[in-house]
Amino acid sequence: MAHQTSGGGAYRVTTATRTSRIGLTVLLGFVVFLAATPLWGGRAEMRLIVEICYFLALAQMWNLLAGYAGLVSVGQQAFVGLGGYALFVFTIYLGVPPLAAVALAGVAAAVFALPTAFVVFRLRGAYFAIGTWVVAEVYRLGFAQVSALGGGSGQSLPLAVIRDIAGSRAGRDTAIFYVGLGLAVAATGLVYLLLRSRHGLALTAMRDSEPASESLGVNTYKAKLVVYVVAAAVTGVVGALIYLQKLRISPDAAFNVIDWTAYVIFIVVIGGIGRIEGPIVGTIVFFVLREFLSELGSWYLIILGAVAILVMLRARQGLWGLVADRWGLHIFPVQRRLEPRVGPDSG
Amino acid sequence: MDWVNAIVQGVLLGGLYALFACGLSLIFGVMRLVNIAHGDLIVLASFIGLAVAEGLGLHPFVCLVVVVPVMFAIGYALQRGLLNLTLGADILPPLLVTFGLSIIIQNALLEAFSANTRKLTGGSIEVESLKIVEGLSVGVLPVIVFVSAAAVIAGLQLVLFRTSLGSAFRATSDDPETARLMGIDNRHIFALAMAMSLAVVAIAGIFLGMRSNFDPSIGPARLLFAFEAVIIGGLGSLWGTLAGGVILGVAQTLGAQIDPGFQILAGHIAFLIILIVRPRGLFPRAVD
Repeated sequence: MAHQTSGGGAYRVTTATRTSRIGLTVLLGFVVFLAATPLWGGRAEMRLIVEICYFLALAQMWNLLAGYAGLVSVGQQAFVGLGGYALFVFTIYLGVPPLAAVALAGVAAAVFALPTAFVVFRLRGAYFAIGTWVVAEVYRLGFAQVSALGGGSGQSLPLAVIRDIAGSRAGRDTAIFYVGLGLAVAATGLVYLLLRSRHGLALTAMRDSEPASESLGVNTYKAKLVVYVVAAAVTGVVGALIYLQKLRISPDAAFNVIDWTAYVIFIVVIGGIGRIEGPIVGTIVFFVLREFLSELGSWYLIILGAVAILVMLRARQGLWGLVADRWGLHIFPVQRRLEPRVGPDSG
Repeated sequence: MDWVNAIVQGVLLGGLYALFACGLSLIFGVMRLVNIAHGDLIVLASFIGLAVAEGLGLHPFVCLVVVVPVMFAIGYALQRGLLNLTLGADILPPLLVTFGLSIIIQNALLEAFSANTRKLTGGSIEVESLKIVEGLSVGVLPVIVFVSAAAVIAGLQLVLFRTSLGSAFRATSDDPETARLMGIDNRHIFALAMAMSLAVVAIAGIFLGMRSNFDPSIGPARLLFAFEAVIIGGLGSLWGTLAGGVILGVAQTLGAQIDPGFQILAGHIAFLIILIVRPRGLFPRAVD
């Protein structure tokens, strides 16, 4: 863990704690373990892990938006869909190799995010939420009109493009697996690094009080815009990965508010909003619940909604918050603390 | 004549959207609550209307006698038992709780009534029309819906500006702390506001069910229409909301006139254009 030291003096500013070092080591060990999945796991396991990974990445981005920048978006499906469609456009019409197209999809999503922000940033708070939803609907209905992309019924990725991912089916599965795992790690790492940076200090200040942070010189509009575009870009990459795995896209599926926003919101709220660990815990809970309850059909969603409401009312800091606040646990420490120079862990 | 016809039908459709919207506008005005479940509550009212109409063999209009009080009670209980707990400086809890509620209502309706599309049958009134000039006639039902919307808004205005309840609404809206010092029970006032909002939703739900097919999944789109009407009209202005509904309705029917696939899209685009040109809507009153 890097320490941020400041000046001379008898104190230093640090973020790491003993538990954070242990926690992060355990987590990294787990990632290494997961990375070995292709050696032992079958196709189904790998697909499931990719799914878990992209939900985690989406949740990290939504948490960054809502938990730190105060941008409660109900329209992130716009960028999942844009990313997915960008994959199809880049690979089919521009001949870009599929994996490069996944990365470029992030650029495409960011390009669309700028004019989108120009419009939806005119709305505040809850109205912003519904405004983002309207824009996502505009994209959905718009893509349904583009017959070159299959119109309302959508289209499949051509066989030639699929072969371009990797020659064999096992090779394709492995490639998609590592992109997925890498994306989840990168999304989590990105949020962590962003929050530890100067911008993160501004964001945390904004989370706690927007007027106060403004009075201290934080340009909240710019900070929010940066977060919005970054979240859109990563969400777009995730969208491209999702449709690289699914191989078939349609406007109703790609811009689906339940799949790409409702689930993600529930994950973050249940896990703990405004904390990096929250989306991780929430994703685990989400997939465990799904494993046991998915046969219940619509009851599954009713239960998920009720749990989210209960958490919001009774434990606003989420499940991770309950644990962390009780035992002072932080796996991703972003809080800056003062420590005596001759600390217990420097001897 | 096709275009004139489209505009006239759009104006009448706007009446329905205004009915969707004024409940949303009312609760935002009184307690700054944006109810994401609003559209699903409209559909819930349609389904309650369906159950009553089929169960008791009543005409949808007669069902209003049952559905309006039921939705009023649901609104009061919902606010008192759940949504009052979410109010505060933080905008997240009300937003996420009503979002969760939206998902719950959709799926509960799916369990209870299946995904089949339904309709409230109003008999001959659905097909009757009034001929204005040669080649231009309007349906009786859409006219009734539009006149009802105007009447509901006039009624809400009366309540807001001519009754002591309205004073209490406006007082809590302006300054909830001082209102409480004056002996107003905010929790009760908020619950009454939500009850009134859902009473209007009940009317909107019955008309929606008579004018078009409905199924459990269409709530969110109704929320978006309601929201757009409110924003186009300007926050805090009920007559503005009617104007907003009309603009949205006309944009949709004109879009449909170009290509049936453009109907909803044209409405959304009109909304976005107005948001860019006049971010505070056409007739803003509230500052927020």
